[in-house]
Amino acid sequence: MQIAIASGKGGTGKTTIAVNIASFIDSLGVKVSFTDCDVEEPNAHLFLNPAIKKEMNEHIPVPKVNEDACIGETCKKCIELCRFKSLIWMIDSVMVFSELCHGCGLCELACPTDAIGKGERMIGTTSQGKSGNIDFTKGLLRIGEAMSPPLIKAVKEISPKAEVNILDCPPGTSCPVVESIDGADFVVLVTEPTPFGLHDLDLAVQLLDTLGQPYGVIINRAGMGDDRVEKYLSDKNIKLLGSLPNNREAAIIYSDGGLLYDSIPGYKDELSKIWDSIQNIVNEVA
Amino acid sequence: MKQIVVISGKGGTGKTSIVSALSSIGPKKVIADCDVDAADLHLILKPTIIDEHDFISGERPSIDLDICTQCGMCVEHCKYGAISDEFKIMLEKCEGCGVCSFVCPVGAVSEEPRNCGKWFKSSTRFGTLIHAALGIGEENSGKLVTTVRTASADAGVEEEAELVLVDGSPGIGCPVIASLTNADLAVFVAEPTITALHDLKRVYELTEHFKIPSTVIINKCGINSNQETEIKAFCQEKEISIAGELPYDLAFTKAQIAGLSVVEYDPEGLGAEMEVIWKELEKRLMA
Repeated sequence: MQIAIASGKGGTGKTTIAVNIASFIDSLGVKVSFTDCDVEEPNAHLFLNPAIKKEMNEHIPVPKVNEDACIGETCKKCIELCRFKSLIWMIDSVMVFSELCHGCGLCELACPTDAIGKGERMIGTTSQGKSGNIDFTKGLLRIGEAMSPPLIKAVKEISPKAEVNILDCPPGTSCPVVESIDGADFVVLVTEPTPFGLHDLDLAVQLLDTLGQPYGVIINRAGMGDDRVEKYLSDKNIKLLGSLPNNREAAIIYSDGGLLYDSIPGYKDELSKIWDSIQNIVNEVA
Repeated sequence: MKQIVVISGKGGTGKTSIVSALSSIGPKKVIADCDVDAADLHLILKPTIIDEHDFISGERPSIDLDICTQCGMCVEHCKYGAISDEFKIMLEKCEGCGVCSFVCPVGAVSEEPRNCGKWFKSSTRFGTLIHAALGIGEENSGKLVTTVRTASADAGVEEEAELVLVDGSPGIGCPVIASLTNADLAVFVAEPTITALHDLKRVYELTEHFKIPSTVIINKCGINSNQETEIKAFCQEKEISIAGELPYDLAFTKAQIAGLSVVEYDPEGLGAEMEVIWKELEKRLMA
């Protein structure tokens, strides 16, 4: 079972809930793997403290021009066709701006003389390890690299599959999130009871309705704001999986990278209820 | 005219609350919301839209199933897995690269300009706001951010504003890089948590990479003094100045619920502290 933890807005407690659910399920004796898909700002390792056993550089293919084979100025097909402006004509050769390349391969397909071969650009690293019994995988985007989806894809591909796979997703509603939740059996949306939380939850809900994936909502820091998120959920008939309380002690434990499920009263019971709901929904859909 | 971009690496540190507070003080300004994925600033600034523009970026391909011979060339060559077994294009996965139309032997793929969202020029009680809404599941948020940044700089020049104040997006990828274009100062908002410190270090590397001067506001002080010390030690080591420290205070949340900036909601408390922070930022801009 693949469960993605997402939210429109950053800072709602996605990672907190992902690591606590993973540890809680692990404590029940279920085999768990954890994948941190937030490759721009991965944080789950700060809570799970995995022993990293394997680290790899990840690359995407970019064009490499063989100048001897290139027929040059009379052709320029690759330059004309590239939608991302990653090839230009400079003095008397084709120059590649690999940072702009999306790796689509159109230039290679279009070249009449097979002058375009495969180069590569390093986009970041992936790491794998163990946190207790939990298989842990994360990616780290190279500073200055703009494109995260290919790295997210790589992280998901190398992540070992267990009985339950928890994916911690990046914030937002655009390509990195779409890539992260692709293939998930269930998406948990984490929100907080504030106007910002509600606004961004609504965007995430629209995304999941578009993609047609089943989802439910957890309200984190319940009690800090107002009740408009709950009203929204009941109006839209969206499943509220559970509410985790706003609690200064929780904020303190979190701030040092601690886990909450076994130290904040009531947290474990609520997680247990949430976990039961998720299993029921996934089994119903299946 | 100077340009300040507020960023944080990690989401939820209080960036938008701080930007809305800074919007309500200081000189004549244009404000820009570059978190086009999950824009929230308008909830406080309550803009009246003056101009609305479609954001067109890239191409939207479609396959004419009457022409398609189901040869599978498009599926084979699409690097993004954006074409289904029924030869439908899944736009959420499509990068608009044009490979499908290039390889199709019967010309079944047509392309139209892709409408990826909207951007707006609005008036607010604190000045002109440039903001945007990315279409759900659309890509190219970096390009939309660039559109917002260009429009806000243009509006600043046109209105003879002294400042462009930008609410950046979370992370260190495409949208943030686009947010930072032409910034005179990057303001990091960090909270004293292990995660925020981790992300602060990453986003600092990014501003160094682009050689943008930076300063820090520590928000939610009081929840963890060790982490506060860690942030300060990091700032000292990298010679990053600290423009201010704000206490962990529910006034930010209450102001948000009231739809006000904290300067309006709590002028004597956090509002007064924000005024002091603005003076500090001004000094760094003049330096």
